[in-house]
Amino acid sequence: MAAEYILEMKNITKKYGENTVLSDVSLKIRPGEIHALLGENGAGKSTLMNVLFGMPVIHATGGFGGEVLLDGQKTMIASPHDAMTRGIGMVHQEFMLLPGFSITENIKLNREITRPNVVSRVLGKSLETLDMHAMSHDARSALDSVGMSIDEYTRVHGLPVGYMQFVEIAREIDKTGVKLLVFDEPTAVLTESEATQLISVMKDIASKGIAIIFITHRLDEVMAAANAITILRDGKLAAVRQIEETSLVDLAELMIGRKGEGVVSVASRPAPHGKVAMRVKDLVVDMPGEEVKGVSFDVFEGEILGIGGLAGQGKIGIPNGVMSLYPNEGTIELFGETLKLGNAGDALRSGIAMVSEDRKGVGLLLDQSIEDNIVFNAMQIKGEYLMKFGPFTNKNDAAIRAVALRMIKELDIRCFGPTQHAGTLSGGNQQKVCIARALAMNPKFLFVSEPTRGIDIGAKRLVLETLVKLNRERGMTIVMVSSELQELRSISDRIAIVSEGKLVDILDPNASDADFGLAMSGIKPGEHKQKGEN
Amino acid sequence: MAKKNMGEILRNNAVTIMFILLCLGGLAVSGQTVPYVVYELFGRLSRNAFLVLALIIPIVAGMGINFAVTIGAMAAQISALWVVEWGISGVGGFVTAALMTVPLAAFFGFLIGKLLNKMKGQEMIGGMILGYFANGLYQLLFLFIFGNLIPLKAPGLVIMGSTGVANTIDLSTGRGFKYALDGMWKLPFGQALYVVCGAVAVVAIIALLLKKMTAKQTGVYVGVAAVLCLLYQIPAVAAIFAMVNVPMVTFMIVGLLCLFNVGIMKTRLGQQFRAVGQNRTVANAAGINVDKVRVIAIMISTVLAGWGQLIFVQNMGSFQTYGAHEQVGLYAGAAILVGGASIKRATNKQALLGCILFHLLFIVAPSAGKNLFGDAAIGEYFRVFVSYGVIAMALVMHAWGSVKKKKKA
Repeated sequence: MAAEYILEMKNITKKYGENTVLSDVSLKIRPGEIHALLGENGAGKSTLMNVLFGMPVIHATGGFGGEVLLDGQKTMIASPHDAMTRGIGMVHQEFMLLPGFSITENIKLNREITRPNVVSRVLGKSLETLDMHAMSHDARSALDSVGMSIDEYTRVHGLPVGYMQFVEIAREIDKTGVKLLVFDEPTAVLTESEATQLISVMKDIASKGIAIIFITHRLDEVMAAANAITILRDGKLAAVRQIEETSLVDLAELMIGRKGEGVVSVASRPAPHGKVAMRVKDLVVDMPGEEVKGVSFDVFEGEILGIGGLAGQGKIGIPNGVMSLYPNEGTIELFGETLKLGNAGDALRSGIAMVSEDRKGVGLLLDQSIEDNIVFNAMQIKGEYLMKFGPFTNKNDAAIRAVALRMIKELDIRCFGPTQHAGTLSGGNQQKVCIARALAMNPKFLFVSEPTRGIDIGAKRLVLETLVKLNRERGMTIVMVSSELQELRSISDRIAIVSEGKLVDILDPNASDADFGLAMSGIKPGEHKQKGEN
Repeated sequence: MAKKNMGEILRNNAVTIMFILLCLGGLAVSGQTVPYVVYELFGRLSRNAFLVLALIIPIVAGMGINFAVTIGAMAAQISALWVVEWGISGVGGFVTAALMTVPLAAFFGFLIGKLLNKMKGQEMIGGMILGYFANGLYQLLFLFIFGNLIPLKAPGLVIMGSTGVANTIDLSTGRGFKYALDGMWKLPFGQALYVVCGAVAVVAIIALLLKKMTAKQTGVYVGVAAVLCLLYQIPAVAAIFAMVNVPMVTFMIVGLLCLFNVGIMKTRLGQQFRAVGQNRTVANAAGINVDKVRVIAIMISTVLAGWGQLIFVQNMGSFQTYGAHEQVGLYAGAAILVGGASIKRATNKQALLGCILFHLLFIVAPSAGKNLFGDAAIGEYFRVFVSYGVIAMALVMHAWGSVKKKKKA
């Protein structure tokens, strides 16, 4: 007797130390259902999937609260391998395929069909000979079921990415007894026609009784494929919807949700719309995991421009690309002058400063003092704070101390003094040191990338207020990139939303949640409304 | 298009091509006769090929060149010492030493594998440093423990009036196993050729009858065997090989190892080696115990290296107690790279070709050095320089290749 739900996850709670990432989340999947799992980054989708697959990271951090039922039976999934034997499969976002193997070998990896031989009878099963014929036969039927006619002996190396995705699915289907498949952003790398084919394959699989969890940020695909939708927000269950009772706008709104009031309140003002400070045209950035595929926008003098979007969609690539920290193409004009690309030093000398998202990696020299950190770029790039003695130079300690003390006071860096090591500061104060270093360059234009990542709420407010102060009092033009939409909305004059490496739209901070939700899934809100009206 | 492919072929085989030119040049100026060089070459092949072939499995498993084969060689020398001490001579001695090497080398290999698992991505330098470290322990064992704490009775094993094992262990006395393998069955080249060709033809025909081979494949094998035998009938060709006496058993064992290397790749374990070698993350996601597979690869390689060293010393008839193992990893590694293998990919053919070219240079280098510079030592120096140079070049080519690949993608 089959249970009503193939998978039930009840009241799942997961804490990493003091930090609650999932609280009281439930997920119910029926056999043969395509169930979409939606949520912003950090909403808890991946943690929930880690729980489902019994990933070591979950068990190593104290397990989780709540229970998992498979086929109505209470189950403890100990490891990914355990999950596999229980019929749960995963189609990975990054392909888990070996390029040097044929499609057959990939599909049958570690589940090879073997024949005993003389040696294996003595030394054990792992020396049994592979039965390529039987393996390719299985691979053929799995490929047929995903609608691929390609020869099963073809090597994976050099296949188009779309094909790889289908090979990956074929492999999961080939596993005997698979009951539940998780598709993690399967359409991210596919062309439009491949994505359509994928959805029809998913429906095919589901019609055979295999349930599918479909993780994606593309809301239109959810509408096209899913039977039911679970939406997570901030580690909590935001809503469960059946497809009949929801709409694209509804989903977009649920996904964003207004998270209380703004982090800081800023007096509203008309957005500056005068001189163009920076003109970016067709910017392409090859930053692994954050590719930018042709973005154009203008930044006006004196404004705060927010750049938002989901993780991995390219928003972080924009400041890193403008600063030439990663291979880039396109044209960038700063106050009417064309910026030379390819060298971060040139970008710094032209008067752009950047506070990096990777505070500990590239931002700070952790075992150097605060004052050395503050003047580091100014010293290296501009040769300031140095005393020259013919060919020799020496640090100008007095000048460094003076600027450090001024910054500590202005930015309210909480420390014992300018000689304290940066590594011993709290996250929020480290962030302020990063800002101080950018300011020590006397920039005309400031990029701030994920300034509030990993710091507590009080520190967040201080950092944001500092940015507003710099903007209002010094008239500095600021571009802030952040995953936290609420922050962007509280201090930006305009917000650009990036999806899949492209700029979707530039929105007013007071635009509706639904507009932001649609933009983040790559749909321009205005166009959707027009379509709706027609 | 064809031009571009040509360039690519040249680039991919730069080391091999450079070596062929070097060998030809060396042969020309050395003034040595071809029959002599061929004679030397067969001798060197018989004693070195096994060691080079022992490197293939770790390369396939993505661990690069296993420079820790040095430690396998140490295991073999420990075994050899005790076999001499016990006075087991001839084939019996060789087999005893080989059997004794298995647990020793497997245990060392296990430890090496465990350590290399902690330094993934740096296996080559790790193996090399480990070899130096193990050399210290080896010296402690041979200088202090053997002969002092554990007395050795066999004459000549311990230095009179001193401590520790003698500098050279002689296997040519009544207690040793010199030529245990080589001497079992030796044939002049012509007869050896007929035997091998005959065997190939018979096996091919049996395979055809058992339907494991198509008629075309069988035809090719039999045809090649026949052509080789016919070629040998030309007196000029036969003259080249006039001095060669083929140690049949040794080459048969080398052949068996080649078959083993091919055969194991067709098993589940071999599939795991290849999977782990290509991408550890993917292999792990498929449920393969990556660390275990890597340990097995190193264990097999270390045991094979131990046997390889035994084959080497039985041919030499004696070995330097404190030095015979030292350059094993370096020379075997250089040889396989010369054959066109990379630190990512290696086949039997590359190992054998590399072995031939590398040792060809070794044979001609001293007299070429003498003829060119009036001093054989320059040739000696040159071949050591070349070994390191080849390895460095292979590493640079590998780094260069991966940067290029990245740019293309």
